Amino acid sequence: MLILECPCCGVKAEETELSPGGEAHLKRFGPGSTDEDFETYMFARQNPKGVHFERWRHAYGCGKWFLAARCTATLEVFGTYPAQTTEPPAELIAKIKARRPDWKGWK
Amino acid sequence: MSARLGTGGRLIDRAAGVEFTFNGKRMRGCRGDTLASALLANGQTLVGRSFKYHRPRGIMASGPEEPNALVGLGEGARFEPNQRVTTTELFDGLTSTSQNHWPSLEFDIGAVNDKLYRFLPAGFYYKTFIHPRPAWKHLFEPIIRRSAGLGKAPTEPDADRYEYTYGHCDVLIAGGGIAGLQAALVAGASGLRVLVLEQTPHWGGRAPVDGDVIDGKSADDWVKSALQALDGMKNVTLRARTMVSGVYDHGYVLAEERIADHTPGDGRPRKRLWRIRAGRIVSATGALERPLSFAGNDIPGVMLASAMRDYVVNFAVSPGDRTVVVTNNDDAYRTAIALKEAGLVVAAVIDARAQVTGELPERVRAMGIRVETGRGVVKVKGKKFVTGVAIGLVTGEGAALEEIACDAVAMSGGWSPVVHLWSHCGGKLDWDRKAAMFRPDRNRPPLTLDGTAMVYPAGAANGALAAADALSDAAEAAGAALAALGREAPSVAAAQADSVAEGDLLPVWIMPEGAGPALKSKMWLDWQNDVKVSDVQLAAREGYVSVEHTKRYTTLGMATDQGKLSNINGLAVLSGALGADIPAVGTTTFRPPYTPVTIGALAGEARGDIFQPLRRTPMHDWHLSQGAYMEPVGLWQRPYCYPRAGETHEQAVNREVTNTRERLGILDASTLGKILVKGPDAGKFLDMLYTNVMSSLPIGKCRYGLMCNEQGFLSDDGVVVRLTEDSWLCHTTSGGADRIHGWMEDWLQCEWWDWQVYTANLTEQYAQVAVVGPNARKLLEKMGGMDVSKEAIPFMTFAEGTLGGFPVRVHRISFSGELSYEIAVPASHGAAFWELCHRLGADLGAMPYGTEGLHVLRAEKGFIMIGDETDGTVIPQDLNLDWAVSKKKEDFLGKRGQQRSFLASNDRWKLVGFEALDGSVIPDGAYVTAPGSNEYGFRNAQGRITSTYYSPTLKRGIAMGLLKNGPARMGEVVEFTSASGGAGVSAKVVSPVFYDPEGEKQNV
Amino acid sequence: MSDPVAALNGAQSEGFVRVREIGPVGMITLRAKPGTPGLAEAVKAASGCDLPQPRRITHQGGMSCGWMSPDEYLLILPYHGVAAAMAALEGGLAGTHHLAADVSDARAVFRIEGEKADQVLRKLSPADMDTVGEELRRSRLGQVAAAFWAGEGGYTVVCFRSVAGYVMGLLTHSALPGSEI
Ligand SMILES: [Zn+2]
Repeated sequence: MLILECPCCGVKAEETELSPGGEAHLKRFGPGSTDEDFETYMFARQNPKGVHFERWRHAYGCGKWFLAARCTATLEVFGTYPAQTTEPPAELIAKIKARRPDWKGWK
Repeated sequence: MSARLGTGGRLIDRAAGVEFTFNGKRMRGCRGDTLASALLANGQTLVGRSFKYHRPRGIMASGPEEPNALVGLGEGARFEPNQRVTTTELFDGLTSTSQNHWPSLEFDIGAVNDKLYRFLPAGFYYKTFIHPRPAWKHLFEPIIRRSAGLGKAPTEPDADRYEYTYGHCDVLIAGGGIAGLQAALVAGASGLRVLVLEQTPHWGGRAPVDGDVIDGKSADDWVKSALQALDGMKNVTLRARTMVSGVYDHGYVLAEERIADHTPGDGRPRKRLWRIRAGRIVSATGALERPLSFAGNDIPGVMLASAMRDYVVNFAVSPGDRTVVVTNNDDAYRTAIALKEAGLVVAAVIDARAQVTGELPERVRAMGIRVETGRGVVKVKGKKFVTGVAIGLVTGEGAALEEIACDAVAMSGGWSPVVHLWSHCGGKLDWDRKAAMFRPDRNRPPLTLDGTAMVYPAGAANGALAAADALSDAAEAAGAALAALGREAPSVAAAQADSVAEGDLLPVWIMPEGAGPALKSKMWLDWQNDVKVSDVQLAAREGYVSVEHTKRYTTLGMATDQGKLSNINGLAVLSGALGADIPAVGTTTFRPPYTPVTIGALAGEARGDIFQPLRRTPMHDWHLSQGAYMEPVGLWQRPYCYPRAGETHEQAVNREVTNTRERLGILDASTLGKILVKGPDAGKFLDMLYTNVMSSLPIGKCRYGLMCNEQGFLSDDGVVVRLTEDSWLCHTTSGGADRIHGWMEDWLQCEWWDWQVYTANLTEQYAQVAVVGPNARKLLEKMGGMDVSKEAIPFMTFAEGTLGGFPVRVHRISFSGELSYEIAVPASHGAAFWELCHRLGADLGAMPYGTEGLHVLRAEKGFIMIGDETDGTVIPQDLNLDWAVSKKKEDFLGKRGQQRSFLASNDRWKLVGFEALDGSVIPDGAYVTAPGSNEYGFRNAQGRITSTYYSPTLKRGIAMGLLKNGPARMGEVVEFTSASGGAGVSAKVVSPVFYDPEGEKQNV
Repeated sequence: MSDPVAALNGAQSEGFVRVREIGPVGMITLRAKPGTPGLAEAVKAASGCDLPQPRRITHQGGMSCGWMSPDEYLLILPYHGVAAAMAALEGGLAGTHHLAADVSDARAVFRIEGEKADQVLRKLSPADMDTVGEELRRSRLGQVAAAFWAGEGGYTVVCFRSVAGYVMGLLTHSALPGSEI
């Protein structure tokens, strides 16, 4: 039962107020893309033990999607940020690196 | 025999007598008794039979760890099995019945199992009954099921009510003993929100019984002053009778509050489940005393030493007149002192240690009590009650040196900290060799959301057993929890307790250490599941080396007490049998709940009418008043049909369909999704969402559209209307409104966030009424208010205006093939408008029709239904909907997916109609067979039924389905499977449009 | 035309606090970003209310404006005042990107009144009621979405119309006499 602070409204929402949306920062491949790219977009997902970036919607709240970085093993939450970005904010990456020196980076 | 003492009892009110029954026998207790103390006060030492061997059992403990004394409590709608008498507060009129026996507690036929113990060893389920195979099902299982199982399930619906509450605090303190109160005093002084929960009705834990002196006061007085101080803090909440059952991620804690267990039927909820979010958790849950493993340690009258002094001090109950105390530590001497001070006889203290010189033993010796060292109990004498003990060398093989007559035995094997809450979320343990206990390893705590420690063990739960240590440890733990919350620890000094120097404990896991098989098969480790030393040793001999596997094989620690008394002893015996170190073997995993939580509390308010949120349209009450048969569509309640007196549902559906085709049908279509999409980029957005083009739709017109997921599979369909230059109203399926609205927002927020589009889900703003059939226009004309002619509102257009005085938006769309108007009216007017339709429609033949009629009408027309013709693997092209899939658009959701070779193939199963040659209704889901079989030996298939109905219009069965290359096979006869596996029906492949293929009837 | 009818036609229950359905209440959902030109003026013209800060609700003369999300507001006003308010919004926001829709009929509105009104919500919502204060809080009650805020000796609760019966059931159950926390 996670608690994630919604960056859109500031509510510290608990998991029952949120809906999960899978891995964050997927790049969409549409018509004209190769079979490999489309397959990756559609099906290939990371499943790390450790730092992970996820999509969450504040469904029982402001209704906005946001992104969260957390550790799948310890459930430590490194931060949440608005969904309107293609990569995690630099300061969040720095924070994660400080907490997890062995982390290989987000992509 | 146990009895009430003439004086004393700090928790009972002798003036307040309470009547109760046990197995129908009337008994008297006092206010403040537990059921356990009241039974003992009435001399009832035999309280139940064991699970497997049906051995006579008595009360062993005084708290939630009690393994034996489970009873059925209450009657009828308030009956609950497996209630521990030690945690049941006595009340007037309480009724209780013992369990696991037949025909009576005193004489039990199942006790024959005890004689057969040789044939019921560890793992007997897996060994004995395996062969011959059918014997399990027909012979062994029915017998075992009859004799097994704890208690009986209630047969009536629960008469009580339950509820949840959400709690929020910075520091949660689990446990209201002196450690918990000390932690609360420290945490409370910080000003942060503190919640203190205690499972019993009393504060102070064991300290008052143990006679501790704190800050120069008796423990009782110190507890009183601590509670007074805490009561004065507005930021501190104290709650007794509330058991913390589990600790979960991110400070989530569940606790069960017993509100009216002891006052049944007083109008209050029986229990309340607390769902708490705590910043940090202080686990001050105390410690549990361990039994000793000697032969006959389960005979009624054998009790934990600490429990015995609880009964004497708290309830003025003597467990027996003449007690033998057997121990491996100093703490048990407190029991000897308490018994002696109560005027009872302590026949001897049998101490496993060779040298005993501590302060407490010296006091006992000074009281004239015999102390035997280096000795152990070889065997307890007696069957249904203790008559004496044989004692011998603790290091010996079991030769009796002496028999001592007694009617009670107090045993103590040391203490185990209650590490459950620490462990639930991953806190690790250390084996403390000196104290022979697992204690929390503060270097490996469970973590919370910021990656720091979530739980802080305090006092006895952290291994600090002595009062003085417990208080300072608790103050330190609370300070650490505050520091983790960014608060400086307030300058609250820990209370000081007078300490008694205690000698070291001597771990003794089998008594005597060299005992042979006959003794070991009577040494109980797990009383509730009847697991003995011999069973664990057998498991080790049979190759079990993991404690987790041994647990499951022997069922050690798997009963409702979850091994509170048995885990450490069992694990030590296993370690001994394996010749391994205790920490190397490790413990089993501690899982919530700490003690069982009533199912009703877990369900909370979700019962009866509010079990789940049923969605109702504004016309719901009308439907019910007309006797509609309702069916769930998602969470919506919709009329399936409106049967009249004497009609079957089938007859009602046929009547409704025929009436709609011939006269006038009226449908509550309010559940249809309605999503407003507006903005400069709305057209572009809808062109991405739908497979066809919506940006080109003229204002005032309607267009049917399809939505696919990115894989290309159909996900929803519906009519889109263009309201204004920059706004569209998208109708979705009834079940799809929220999902499609969420889908739209997902793309707008996460992919095309620079597009200027807003959406609003207006589904519930409008009631929607479909007025369908040849008389539809006549009805609307009767209402008056706007021109509803073909010229004013042609097919696939809409208009806004008023009808009968109601503000409406009228759509000329048809899901039936008939002349049809779908009229949206504000929901607050929905019921009134609906009634007007029926009132004015009466002489036009108006009848309501339900969802089944709607299905038949659409199937006769070959219209697809999301969820019938689609199942998440069907693309629009499979349903011959290529016309609704744009070839011109560069991109739309699903376009790339549909280009995959398998989906673009020409061999796919495609939509056709089927007509059974004999006119029957083909079974739903039937497959079209193909020659041969697949690699698994299943018959090959080449198609399947997706919708199948009796058509009252055509007076025969009609079906739609998918068939390989179907549209090219019109006129072919195919064979269907049958549910029975026998010959199925033969059917002709036909067009899926069975009725009015030219569409003349809807466009008038 | 008949009078508009609220979802439960004004149902009531008396427990340790009083629960009653009010309405029909006029409601307009307004989607616009805070920087939209003329937004504050249009909201003022439509409802008399100031544009609320995040998670807040402003009140003026019996009308209110709640912050629902970074680009959504909820105007609350008399049922028969919606048309005029919509006209004021459309007038003030003409030419800007926004969406205003009448959602009066899509909602059910309840009042929980009494000294311990907060306890009813504590039982049903995971929101931390100690910190809700002046906020309009969107959360869930039992199994459905709801919004609530404090004021006038109690709380106002808004949910979807179709689940009004369920929410009334929840509130009634949670306010039963004897179940004070
Ligand atoms: Zn939010």
